Amino acid sequence: MNTRDWLLADSPASRWQANAGRAYRVFTALMRNPLSVLGGVIILVLLLTAAFAPWIAPYSPTGQDLTSRLLPPSATNWMGTDELGRDIFSRVVWGSQITLTIVLLVALISAPLGLLVGAVAGYFGGWIDRILMGFTDVFLSLPKLILALAFVAALGPGINNAIIAIAITSWPAYARIARAETLTIRNAEYISAVQLAGGGPIRIIVQHILPLCTSSMIIRVTLDMAGVILTAAGLGFIGLGAQPPLPEWGAMISRGRTFILDQWWVATMPGFAIIIVSLGFCFLGDGLRDVLDPKSEGKS
Amino acid sequence: MNAIELNNLDISYGDTKVVHGINLAIAEGESFALVGESGSGKSTILRAIAGLAPDWTGAISIMGKPRSHGVDHRVSRQVQMVFQDPYGSLHPRKTIDAALTEPLAIHGIGNRGERVEAMLTAVGLDQRFRFRFPHQLSGGQRQRVAIARALMLEPKVMLLDEPTSALDVSVQAEILNLLKRLRREQGLTFLLVTHNLPVVSFLCDRLAVMKQGRVVEIADVAQLKAGDLKQPYSRELLAATEGG
Amino acid sequence: MTAPLLTVENLRVSFPTHSGRVEVVKGLSFTLGRERLGIVGESGSGKSMTGRSILKLIRKPGLVTADKLNFEGIDILDQNEKQMRAIRGARISMVMQDPKFSLNPVMTVGEQIAEALVTHQKLPRRDVQARIIEMLHAVRINDPERVARLYPHEVSGGMGQRIMIAMMLIPEPELLIADEPTSALDVSVQAQVLDIIDELVRNKGMGLILISHDLNLVSRYCDRILVMNAGHVVEECAAGQLANAQHPYTRGLLAAMPVINETRDELPVLDRTQWAGT
Repeated sequence: MNTRDWLLADSPASRWQANAGRAYRVFTALMRNPLSVLGGVIILVLLLTAAFAPWIAPYSPTGQDLTSRLLPPSATNWMGTDELGRDIFSRVVWGSQITLTIVLLVALISAPLGLLVGAVAGYFGGWIDRILMGFTDVFLSLPKLILALAFVAALGPGINNAIIAIAITSWPAYARIARAETLTIRNAEYISAVQLAGGGPIRIIVQHILPLCTSSMIIRVTLDMAGVILTAAGLGFIGLGAQPPLPEWGAMISRGRTFILDQWWVATMPGFAIIIVSLGFCFLGDGLRDVLDPKSEGKS
Repeated sequence: MNAIELNNLDISYGDTKVVHGINLAIAEGESFALVGESGSGKSTILRAIAGLAPDWTGAISIMGKPRSHGVDHRVSRQVQMVFQDPYGSLHPRKTIDAALTEPLAIHGIGNRGERVEAMLTAVGLDQRFRFRFPHQLSGGQRQRVAIARALMLEPKVMLLDEPTSALDVSVQAEILNLLKRLRREQGLTFLLVTHNLPVVSFLCDRLAVMKQGRVVEIADVAQLKAGDLKQPYSRELLAATEGG
Repeated sequence: MTAPLLTVENLRVSFPTHSGRVEVVKGLSFTLGRERLGIVGESGSGKSMTGRSILKLIRKPGLVTADKLNFEGIDILDQNEKQMRAIRGARISMVMQDPKFSLNPVMTVGEQIAEALVTHQKLPRRDVQARIIEMLHAVRINDPERVARLYPHEVSGGMGQRIMIAMMLIPEPELLIADEPTSALDVSVQAQVLDIIDELVRNKGMGLILISHDLNLVSRYCDRILVMNAGHVVEECAAGQLANAQHPYTRGLLAAMPVINETRDELPVLDRTQWAGT
């Protein structure tokens, strides 16, 4: 029996095989959508670039060479050089690490926080719901970038503070989704069955409600990643995010703005990187939505 | 001893009272039916006994002991419930094995693997279903799983909320046979909610006819079979079933 | 019987799955005059798909083929979507299972019935109103003026279904397809709704296809019955002859139903492997 048969077995022999089989089905369904494959490839390239940046980048990202300032793209400098003579291609490659760090940390902080707040509020209802959601609404009512700006201004500029600020501004949306979903789940009969078996609220929320919220959360987070990258770039652009000489893409655009008419490549190249990675996350998120949507699943 | 006793039970949802002054005593080992049309409050009584509709006044006793309003561990091991919709009563992301193991894990009962295997056999499901997900099962198979899950804690009383009304006729027959056999083998007490009088005739000993939150009539199934119901409303229900 | 209202020959409906196309209706043929035909079967028998394919309501990627699908000289399969819209409602109507999902929650009952009427027929305003009231009367709604002003959530399930029937019958179609019209209703209301359908169909000389899982109900309200299993018709008989059904599947279904005066200790169960091939 080969691996594929084992994964697609109608009657799995263990819980592990059943779950692996489910994951495999999601994966193959995802592979059938060309756009999500493209998105996946882009994300994969981003991951590889970040991991192997020292070997991929031909030059140092911070090494200045004032004799070769603002050179146009050529065989030696694929994306040209900036105003301090740094190779833009190398900076974009190294910048992928920063982008990835931002994206991952924001997702790791905000998604679980939002999930938990939303699920707890939705499951218990009553005054717990009102307090938690009131708190959420306060955050939600402020424009994201403005709020992030305020936080960075208070905490001081820097990449870590930018991450914290973005995470703080993005969890309320997730809490809202998780709550809405919990409200539809909590009266389901399979939840009643656990209650009848004597299961407490922690068990119900953690083992029964959260797994059902996660797929929509994964979709939403993936789709939001583009926004996070842009917010990070925006913060970098106004100088409150990554500080020089860190090769953060937004900051690079900001520096290139001065020369945009004569030396267009300085601002454009990191801009391309942002667009491509954002698109990659969007495509992947769209594909995931089609595959993971709990409403379309399991009705075969 | 009475398995279930309801004394002067009123149940409310929010501000509206949906069940009024119910007095019922169901003996241990008996199979009792609550029949009535939608909105008659029959399911609400079941939910109150199970602990899922905590807003009630009066008294509910289970196996001779009054129960509290919420769910507690003692009641869990005595009373379990099977729901109407086989598609909504199993968690879509959990295997059958996980669903059946859960009650054991909550109560810290060991030997889980063997117990799950034995229970699958008892409800007539092959072992190869054990690690499937609900969407790989038919409606009848899901209902068997739901029954198995309810029996995992070896309860004395089973609350059955229209357990076959969402199923095809031929599958309904299988589930009814299964319920009858399990009751005989395990000495269970059944409290069945249904609108289907022939099902009552097959599975139950006594029935209570309900209308608008009140019990209209309590009768033996022999009376039902003989068409000997006393109250006009009960006779109306019977006539509608027989297709008058 | 005069020229048939509807002729269906070798109707096939299929859907693509991971393992190739799967047929849910496998070569169904019947003719329907101005009579009441019942299609009975369990879930997955293809009975609903049959009803929907007559109205071309099967969405892509579902595929409908037939040697003949002829309604009053019109080849249904040849009609485009626009032509079908002129047929649906006006000449063939369909009543679905649950009125809750079939009625528009933000329009009053009267407005919805009026819409069903004026889409297919140009009438002066006052006549429309009169027709609505008349139709609501016909489905035995007392006080039709008041009910016409209600919103769907303000009426009960039984009344909702009667309103659906009013909506479907007001353009005076020649054929009514009722797909499980009463399974969402209480037993006592079921009979009432079916009586209304029955009376209107007889009075207007329409054809009726009643699709249901309930053998007894269909035998009570139809002239002729098709029993479907796994996409095939396994039995065709006059409604009165159901008790003498030949096919083991039909007999099995009849036997599996508990009766009010039940004496059997165990209900006979269908052996599904027996006719899997038919």
